[in-house]
Amino acid sequence: MSTMSFSLRIWRQDGPNLPGALQRYTVHGVTDDMSILELLDRLNEDLIAQGQDPVAFDSDCREGICGTCGLVINGVAHGPKSQCTTCELRMREFRGGRTVDGLLEITVEPWRAGPFPIIKDLVVDRTAFDRIIAAGGYVTVNAGSAGEANDLKIAKPDADAAMDAASCIGCAACVAACPNASASLFTAAKIAQFTHLPQGAPERARRALRMVEQMDAEGFGDCSNHGECEAVCPKGISISNIAVMRREFAKALLGGG
Amino acid sequence: MSSLGTRVWSSVGKKLISGLTGLGLVIFVCIHLTGNLLLLVGADAFNRYSYFLEHLGHGAFIYFAEAGLVSFFALHIVSGISVWRRKAHARQVGYAVRGDAGGPSRKSLSSRSMLYSGILLAVYVPLHVAHFKYGGPPIIQLDGHEARDLYSLVVTEFKNPLIVALYSGAMLFLGLHLRHGIWSMLQSLGLLNRRLLPPAVTLAVIVSGLLAVGFLLLPLYVYLNPQVMPLTGGLG
Ligand code: FES
Repeated sequence: MSTMSFSLRIWRQDGPNLPGALQRYTVHGVTDDMSILELLDRLNEDLIAQGQDPVAFDSDCREGICGTCGLVINGVAHGPKSQCTTCELRMREFRGGRTVDGLLEITVEPWRAGPFPIIKDLVVDRTAFDRIIAAGGYVTVNAGSAGEANDLKIAKPDADAAMDAASCIGCAACVAACPNASASLFTAAKIAQFTHLPQGAPERARRALRMVEQMDAEGFGDCSNHGECEAVCPKGISISNIAVMRREFAKALLGGG
Repeated sequence: MSSLGTRVWSSVGKKLISGLTGLGLVIFVCIHLTGNLLLLVGADAFNRYSYFLEHLGHGAFIYFAEAGLVSFFALHIVSGISVWRRKAHARQVGYAVRGDAGGPSRKSLSSRSMLYSGILLAVYVPLHVAHFKYGGPPIIQLDGHEARDLYSLVVTEFKNPLIVALYSGAMLFLGLHLRHGIWSMLQSLGLLNRRLLPPAVTLAVIVSGLLAVGFLLLPLYVYLNPQVMPLTGGLG
């Protein structure tokens, strides 16, 4: 299989609140099985060899489980493949794509949202998510010896619904893809994972109210039900969780939680 | 903890308000269309219907209904504007390239244009009310009572191609707004789940289409049918 050559447009920005711009780079000899992060690694080796500043981007596990990576690739968060993190995106996905001067063109931008200030280049500060979790995304547990696992009976559909919501890895692609930069899918998933479980019951009303309050305080936009978040979510988390969040919130509001 | 007011006007509280008022307005639009279609039955049926509404509960009903509608409209508009303002604030730097993720996304021309179709409808509705509710129709006798000849007013207006074009345009925007609005209000109220979501979107497409076609039918019917004429042979 022949190798590919890419013309990359990458957002470069030296630091927070500094002006940035898209800059063009060329990378040759790209194979189908390389991930897009490996492509950036390759580019960075070249840049370092030339004495230039390498492109800053986030990654950790590089196997789609930690949620650290995240780039907007050709206008879509995590790129063109559905239910796939940036680190798992292989360059074969770009075969047959748009070309300039005979090179395949890819535009790479950081997550764009006011609550996620750019730290450098493609790296953004996502600690706003941590504060939403701290506001209510926890459960109380008894300290001491662990209880008998089967003492707490949970129906299979409830366990499944909780697990579906809990598969959120907090990558924030939902915010990046939302036309309103809303964090509703993330917050909803983190609320819904406890809604179905007895462990989540004690803080149930408070959780919905406080997490929504923190989400708003961080400056995320409101949800318009575009559903673009679900489409880019590497874990395919359904916007039905957002309906769960609204039910939980309405109940807490009426119950005076 | 935040005050009740902050909670009600939170991002999720606003969705509940927007969904609830949207639901009320959609129900109103359905009833409105059903009443309007009496125009196809004839002048007598249409004028009797308008007389009935105006005198229901000794004339009190219409004021309650109008007060309700005005407050629903106001809340719906204010919450919509707030969504737009927060969005402008939450993403001040946009993307150089904008793509669509496709797949399960519900983003559409309709969902992207809610603000604009909403603004057009917000301009249209007061004009429409001024035009037909407060337009001065001639008085006719109906079972010994004086009644407004709304039929003749509507027919006279819909003989004017400019009015027909403006109304038709407004109804297309109504359809566009409801294409996203109808399923979105159910989702905003937390009524949907994984199983109900796809049929709710289909329902929205069908109902918004039927409403738009239903409302378009009237001006076109009046304009194109030479047999439909004002009772009193024209106004003014
Ligand atoms: S680096 Fe861990 S999910 Fe991509």
